[in-house]
Amino acid sequence: MSFLEINNLNVEFDTADGIVRAVNNVSFTLDQGKILAIVGESGSGKSQTVFAMMGLLDQNGRATGSVKFEGEEILNLSITELNSVRAEKIAMIFQDPMTSLNPYMRISEQMAEVLIHHKGLSKTEAIQQSINLLDAVKIPEAKSRIRMYPHEFSGGMRQRVMIAMSLLCRPKLLIADEPTTALDVTVQAQIMHLLADIQKEFGTSIILITHNLGVVAGNSDDTLVMYGGQVMEVGLTEQVYANPTHPYTQGLMSAVPRLDDKANKLKTIKGNPPNMMLVPVGCPFSPRCKNSQSVCATKIPELLSTGTKNHQRACHVAFEELL
Amino acid sequence: MIVANKNKIVKLAENIAADEQTSGRSLWADARTRFMHNKAAIASLVILVLIVLFSFIGPYFAVWTYEQIDWNTMGSAAILGMPSIETGHFFGTDDLGRDIYSRVIQGTQISLMVGVVGATIAVVVGTLYGATSGYIGGRTDQIMMRIVDILMAIPFMFVLILLLVVFGRSIVMLFVGIGLLSWLDMSRIVRGQTLSIKNKEFIEAAQATGVSDYKIIMRHIVPNLLGIVAVYATLLVPGIIITESFISFLGLGVQEPKTSWGALISEGAGTINYDTEWQLLFPLAFFVVTLFCIYFIGDGLRDALDPKER
Amino acid sequence: MNHQTILQVENLKVNFDVSTEGDMPWTKRKKLKAVDDVSFSLQSGETLGIVGESGCGKSTLARAIIRMVPTESGNALWFGDDLLKLDKISMRKHRKEIQMIFQDPLASLNPRMNIGQIIAEPLKTHYPKTSKEDIKSRVQDVMDKVGLLHNLINRYPHEFSGGQCQRIGIARALILKPKLIICDEPVSALDVSIQAQVINLLMELQSEMGLTLIFIAHDLSIVKHISNKIMVLYLGNMVEMANSVDIYAHPRHPYTQALISAVPIPDPKIEKNKELILIEGDLPSPINPPSGCVFRTRCQKAQEICAKEKPNMKNFNDSHMVACHFSG
Repeated sequence: MSFLEINNLNVEFDTADGIVRAVNNVSFTLDQGKILAIVGESGSGKSQTVFAMMGLLDQNGRATGSVKFEGEEILNLSITELNSVRAEKIAMIFQDPMTSLNPYMRISEQMAEVLIHHKGLSKTEAIQQSINLLDAVKIPEAKSRIRMYPHEFSGGMRQRVMIAMSLLCRPKLLIADEPTTALDVTVQAQIMHLLADIQKEFGTSIILITHNLGVVAGNSDDTLVMYGGQVMEVGLTEQVYANPTHPYTQGLMSAVPRLDDKANKLKTIKGNPPNMMLVPVGCPFSPRCKNSQSVCATKIPELLSTGTKNHQRACHVAFEELL
Repeated sequence: MIVANKNKIVKLAENIAADEQTSGRSLWADARTRFMHNKAAIASLVILVLIVLFSFIGPYFAVWTYEQIDWNTMGSAAILGMPSIETGHFFGTDDLGRDIYSRVIQGTQISLMVGVVGATIAVVVGTLYGATSGYIGGRTDQIMMRIVDILMAIPFMFVLILLLVVFGRSIVMLFVGIGLLSWLDMSRIVRGQTLSIKNKEFIEAAQATGVSDYKIIMRHIVPNLLGIVAVYATLLVPGIIITESFISFLGLGVQEPKTSWGALISEGAGTINYDTEWQLLFPLAFFVVTLFCIYFIGDGLRDALDPKER
Repeated sequence: MNHQTILQVENLKVNFDVSTEGDMPWTKRKKLKAVDDVSFSLQSGETLGIVGESGCGKSTLARAIIRMVPTESGNALWFGDDLLKLDKISMRKHRKEIQMIFQDPLASLNPRMNIGQIIAEPLKTHYPKTSKEDIKSRVQDVMDKVGLLHNLINRYPHEFSGGQCQRIGIARALILKPKLIICDEPVSALDVSIQAQVINLLMELQSEMGLTLIFIAHDLSIVKHISNKIMVLYLGNMVEMANSVDIYAHPRHPYTQALISAVPIPDPKIEKNKELILIEGDLPSPINPPSGCVFRTRCQKAQEICAKEKPNMKNFNDSHMVACHFSG
């Protein structure tokens, strides 16, 4: 039994212009204690995948498929059942720490609320545990700072508070949706370092969603690449980086400028990110792929093994034949 | 020599082949589409148009003018002045024997005109004042807005009544009075919007290019204000009509024999104990229906021009 | 690239008056030193990258040069004319030569104008007598340069993707054939695969049209890729300036070293074996910056002298300058 098993997850939205399929038949697993990075650009569906898991889709969204957490199905649970999963088993942190925290409540109240609601603690106990956790995420003078309001913290500090809040109930899985995108690069390094420490100390599994290939490289065990709502490639991070087997992954790797690289010109992927209203019938990457063949536009490629352990790709064109 | 870029050349080739200029879908067009889908707003628009048409075409069907006195019914309006097709008094008569149908048409014309003209003055003066104040900012903005605050603090009704009593009752006076005070709210709203638009990057881009301040206000700021202005203008019209109606209700509005909804409602309300309900109901119905329609249209406009587009 | 100096900025200072909590309307406002004594020179045809994190003043610096924010003191000599002291009319003439592109591609375009009008605006502003046909052909020329199809000329900004909007912004900046383009975080809001397209486009245009660029960003990898020389700012102060190869190979200022170490490289082996230099603590308040060297509160090498004396920019060799008492 896998720790987290997602099978054939589909997410659709009813919009005024028609039905938009944001996530198309996505399947993957996560082992306990590991960090999985989901990489993708706009329209890839990476955020909607985890929102579906947590029951956070917009009103007009529908999810189908199966999400099994420790063997139990958690997709489309009722609100009451879902609330026992949230925070206690799976916690989530978001991109913009300013809007994730209520600006009118002190940090102490916001954090205590979680413990009072989920663990039935008294207010004093809840605040004490919150202070302990703020110490764990290295917020200086936690005891006095906890009585402050969100706007009195810097961006990096707020993100630490978010991480502390998410750990209050010791969840087994932490989902971080673009946790460092809004932060400076030195602060980003601090936060990613903190997440690595947390993972070691609490044994939490982490799903890290990001578009930053550098962050993924240093902070994940497995990497899953999404495009246009589908999985393009998945495997051990070291494998995927050393030997990217999907044209999109390859394109992405060569399009990112590297600090240690002396290349003169970046190899770009032509075209624009997919318009999810008009997704092509076959492989969503086919309009931009230089290896595209006629079958690519009509038939969705299956996620198959590349031959290396745990490394899979979804592409009609064999690896050896890629340009 | 342009560096040979295969993609660019392919694109240029396609471009030469298909050089028809596709027209864009402006934000106004988007808003119009959204407005069309709002059933309440469209129904209200239709009804309002019908009412306006009525005020133009209605007189052709009238048997009596708005000031003609029907000696037959004078004095016994309750019995003989009832609405009927034979007598030509489609809406009945008032106590003086005047035809309510024609008077309602007259009232509709006057009330709508006051509403529209008043709103137009408010929009034009308020927008220019507010946009300039907001764009210039600093001390000028503070002074301009304090002037607005002071003017707003003056009790509006009091001043209007004073003007009407001192300078005599006339339609011009009504316009002046209402116009003088209805632009204040609009200027505040426009100034607020201008402040938020001023910080957008496309304004910075225009400044960096060297576009003059005047052109920035007219070309970049005002067009982006029109959405909010349109919504508030439609909400201004009912307010102005109500004000005018109240003034007329008090007996200080348009002079006899001209009339307005407010005056008609006032007369009708006065005789309500004497079994002449039609004298109240007809003008009241027009009044209420028109206001409802304008509110629904205003709501529809607000939804259509929603920040989703921004 | 010829080596004529086209822009010489000397001792530029920009201050803002800020009111903090508890201020009364009559209390003297405190000064926020957004840009504190920055100097640099820019040669024709080169790309100067300016990096720094939030609050370093890089965007303010760019806007100060073209007089979009008021400067406290300093010079900005553009071909000998001090831009900061010109009157409005003379400044307007120079605006033709210096253009800017912005961070949020969609927000930098007026949503009520179609892109033909947007791109033509600079032309109409400075050459109002240009005929309609001329305007149209100039707009189409520049649309070709940035890879936009002619038949899109009547479309509105919201109908385009982020990358296309940025191309429109670049087209608008190019139509007057400027000498310098200031790029303020032009790719931060774009998807990764689109960033590469826009960066390549900017570099092509630079060599085609002989442009000089000032490229401001917080992503050091991108800045290094496109720039010849790089300036590192911290809390409004210059801490280091060197060519792009040197700054990565031999960073001398502790802040630069930490910055470079923090930039993640898309290579798991390198990342996992990297020795991270973590700077602790938070950015100090720019209203009350630390005395002496502004970085000393977070610097591992800080000594007594750092609090007493502000380090000046010292030359290491022709192209490498550092402001630190201990860089050696």
